[in-house]
Amino acid sequence: MSALAFADIVERLRAVFPAATLPAIETKTSDNGQPWLLVPANDIVRVATVLRDDPVLGFAALCDLTGWDLLKYPANPPSTDIAIVYYLHSLIHRHHLTLKVLAPRDTGTVPSVSSVWPVANYFEREVFDLLGVHFAGHPNLKRIMMPDDWIGSPLRKDYIYPASYNGIAHLRDGQKFEDAPTRGDAAAPAQAAKP
Amino acid sequence: MSPDLAIETLGGERMRLNMGPHHPATHGVLRLVVDTDGEVVANCAPDHGYLHRAIEKIGECVEWPMFVPYTDRVDYVCAMNANLAYCVAVEKLLNSDPATKVIVPMRAECIRVIVAELNRISSHLVAVGAMAMDLGGYTPFLHAIAQREGVNDIFEKLCGQRLTYNYITIGGVGFDLHANAAAETEAFLAQFEKEMIRFNQLITTNTIFQNRCAGVAVISAADAVAYGLVGPNLRGSGVDWDIRRDEPYGIYGQLGVRVPVGQAYAGRAGRVGDCYDRFVVRLLEINESVRLVRAAVQLLPPPAEKANDPLGGFQADVAKQLRKPPKGEIRARTEAPRGEMGYVIVSDGTKVPYRVRVRTGSFTVCSIFNTVMKGIFLADVVTVIGSFDIVVPEIDR
Repeated sequence: MSALAFADIVERLRAVFPAATLPAIETKTSDNGQPWLLVPANDIVRVATVLRDDPVLGFAALCDLTGWDLLKYPANPPSTDIAIVYYLHSLIHRHHLTLKVLAPRDTGTVPSVSSVWPVANYFEREVFDLLGVHFAGHPNLKRIMMPDDWIGSPLRKDYIYPASYNGIAHLRDGQKFEDAPTRGDAAAPAQAAKP
Repeated sequence: MSPDLAIETLGGERMRLNMGPHHPATHGVLRLVVDTDGEVVANCAPDHGYLHRAIEKIGECVEWPMFVPYTDRVDYVCAMNANLAYCVAVEKLLNSDPATKVIVPMRAECIRVIVAELNRISSHLVAVGAMAMDLGGYTPFLHAIAQREGVNDIFEKLCGQRLTYNYITIGGVGFDLHANAAAETEAFLAQFEKEMIRFNQLITTNTIFQNRCAGVAVISAADAVAYGLVGPNLRGSGVDWDIRRDEPYGIYGQLGVRVPVGQAYAGRAGRVGDCYDRFVVRLLEINESVRLVRAAVQLLPPPAEKANDPLGGFQADVAKQLRKPPKGEIRARTEAPRGEMGYVIVSDGTKVPYRVRVRTGSFTVCSIFNTVMKGIFLADVVTVIGSFDIVVPEIDR
């Protein structure tokens, strides 16, 4: 019944796994000093299960699961991955943990944690819808906010704005989006039909 | 977006019923595809997206302070709390670097608590009033809405708006309180407390209403946590957790927030975590908010001449910091009437956010719909929706 600091949580996590099966977790710090844990995509369900079930860690709540496109983020070195971010919280011990999984831009598939935290079902659908990351093993991976036949993932930084949807124009004649290519332009690159 | 509508997925004698998107009890454009077996719900698939306005995408296109009016539209029933959530998050981002530190004036912090708690009162009034109306009690709804008008009048005098306020700003609040604000607020609260006694006589202690709610859609504490329920829905299941008390932001740490939790209030037929518990927890939170408004008025320092005075001012200077905020990411949680409103903000060091993400209570509560609706009566579906206090713009954003 005591809150652990970030370093203690990571130490405990390393101690729980037998040495041979220890996932390649890495501690990182964001540009403004927020600590987070990088987890390899294939190990996320294993790590999540331990984080939830270990009595000392006890992360029963997944507060938020979201993501963002690193394409235009001024990181060093630059990255083209999509970061999937898990914010965990323990109501018993009152401590927090931030996990991240990096999903490659084109073939990004991350195992679903909806079997560990049921609420992830909705969060992952939202990330799939808006960022185009696939979650393997998700029970119902469908768009949740955008229409089913929408093309592209709106929150990706290279998203191409559509000029129309099902024949309904988004722009008046001669009008253009100021700083983004529009689908249908000759200059715009082709975009995959599925997110 | 749309659930699987192929009729072959129906088994046996089932009937498929579309509740919404224009159903009065769904409080907005929420569509539930309900498969019924006789009068019992066999499956319930929520369908979202009718109200999607790409608010998170807009956040990546406008400058830091320009996003505040959009936060109003994330949840218009408690727009003050929605403003506050975003502003607290941006201030936390700025404070993560000593070079861009922001000190919100004490007077502004007190005003924030006053308006946020008043807005919580009006939001909960809509919740309990609408739930009563969904169950056939039209009169209490009118009483609740009449009281909400009192809160709206106070806000209108404060910032000129009745629904979407754009009042709380990064670093403080938009305008100082006028000279009579404290007295008028107290006058409202005094008559409001009397009115709530009448409201409780009308509906809360009504046997028919209690029987409709008691033992319906019971959610265990473990389920509530696992399905990401927050706020009164979580506390209704008996989980003692409130961000205002446990991870205080602003001056909530000084106010000693008391947190009501579900205790099977409906008596013998009641269970911890049923619809009646969620209803009663909201009513008890209204009482607590009344106390917090009064406590914040007591703490209110006299106004200073300069707007950015750290004690009596109402708005810190943030324009310079917001042109060049620190690079990095932050997550801030606040307790809105519908539970945790958490902003994740990523900044690339420019005057436009790199990513703004808002986690809202109504979105996550939809993930438990199918689980709790299975096996209950069709007539109880509106009870359950009402008890979750769903605001659809918050789901679709």
